[in-house]
Amino acid sequence: LAERTNLAGVQHILLVLSGKGGVGKSTLSTELALALRNAGKRVGILDVDLCGPSIPRMLRAQDSAVHQCDSGWVPVLVGQDRAIALMSIGFLLERTDDAVVWRGPKKNALIKQFVTDVAWGDLDFLIVDTPPGTSDEHISTVEALRPHRLLGAVLVTTPQ
Amino acid sequence: AEAAELRARLRAVRHTVLVLSGKGGVGKSTFSALLAHGLAADENKQVALLDIDICGPSIPKIMGLEGEQVHQSGSGWSPVYVEENLGVMSVGFLLSSPDDAVIWRGPKKNGLIKQFLRDVDWGEVDYLIVDTPPGTSDEHLSIVQYLSATHIDGAIIVTTPQEVSLQDVRKEINFCRKVKLPIIGVVENMSGFVCPKCKNESQIFPPTTGGAEKMCQNLNVSLLGKVPLDPQIGKSCDSGQSFLAEAPESPATLSYRNIIQRIQEYCEQQHLEEEKIM
Repeated sequence: LAERTNLAGVQHILLVLSGKGGVGKSTLSTELALALRNAGKRVGILDVDLCGPSIPRMLRAQDSAVHQCDSGWVPVLVGQDRAIALMSIGFLLERTDDAVVWRGPKKNALIKQFVTDVAWGDLDFLIVDTPPGTSDEHISTVEALRPHRLLGAVLVTTPQ
Repeated sequence: AEAAELRARLRAVRHTVLVLSGKGGVGKSTFSALLAHGLAADENKQVALLDIDICGPSIPKIMGLEGEQVHQSGSGWSPVYVEENLGVMSVGFLLSSPDDAVIWRGPKKNGLIKQFLRDVDWGEVDYLIVDTPPGTSDEHLSIVQYLSATHIDGAIIVTTPQEVSLQDVRKEINFCRKVKLPIIGVVENMSGFVCPKCKNESQIFPPTTGGAEKMCQNLNVSLLGKVPLDPQIGKSCDSGQSFLAEAPESPATLSYRNIIQRIQEYCEQQHLEEEKIM
């Protein structure tokens, strides 16, 4: 029931994917969120890149901390008007240089929590930024999001 | 017993280096391939290149070996040879089509990595280069764990100049320290671009926080070198040719060669020191 509550208010969920690293997924996720916000939409970003979370720095939120409320974790409000809701593992690290050296099962557990335990509220768009590859993070994210309004995936590449 | 098996298989490997980055797309595979070509230029050296990027194996294409298959013999899996003294292994050779996605969770990836180390008949090897995927996860933990059966000379960490990359690379450096993996040094790729027409230099990925140089100073690791952007690098990778051979006059080639030499010196030096101790 908590699952339904936390994502029930989200109208569209968009995944940003690539097989390849370093092509601009996080950059695109950030720009997409900012552009949608500019167009008056309510936007959230879920950063499931556990090993290399780039979104907090891109939105100048690298020093933010997360808090809990009754329905779960409260996303950090970022952007110029603090109106974009962001959740990233980056916020849970004690120091930004700490490596998250986890094997698949532990990553999967955290992703599930991110999807079900973040109090997103009412959003028009939730953008999910992913790490490169087709492994644990991707499988777990898609599995956890499938019961919800998963709009689709945007694939990012470079020309070569 | 497993550890003994691995130890036996890797006994004939003199030097092992890992090519790492926290960040994707910075040029690990490109560098691994050029390091392999560079070291194999000496016909008397036997070089092995192991690609443990299971989801995005770039090495087959970069080495011009797409479409090759792995053969089995009595002594194990045979690496695919680019030259007589340069053998390659990658999951890419096990796929029926290069577009096949390998959608595996951690444990299955670990299993294949162990197989690569245990079942591939590398023979006598002077340099084993291991190309890794981005991140600090299963593949990285497993390779360090399995290679503890032999000796790892160290890790080469690849980055690009911008803070978004360095941020992830600092984590990788911390990973190396956590698992007691010596760091040979850092390579900064895509470090400036010199226009072939007007010869002006531009910073395509500006080092807004001081680039790899500052990071290396702060973290007390060696900066092996900076490699400028050269569009020929990407082209050579796409066509499976050695950039060093195709563009011998490029400033990037000069940088790569210097870096490769420093790595060689590091490995040889280690060897000498060990022999002294023994």
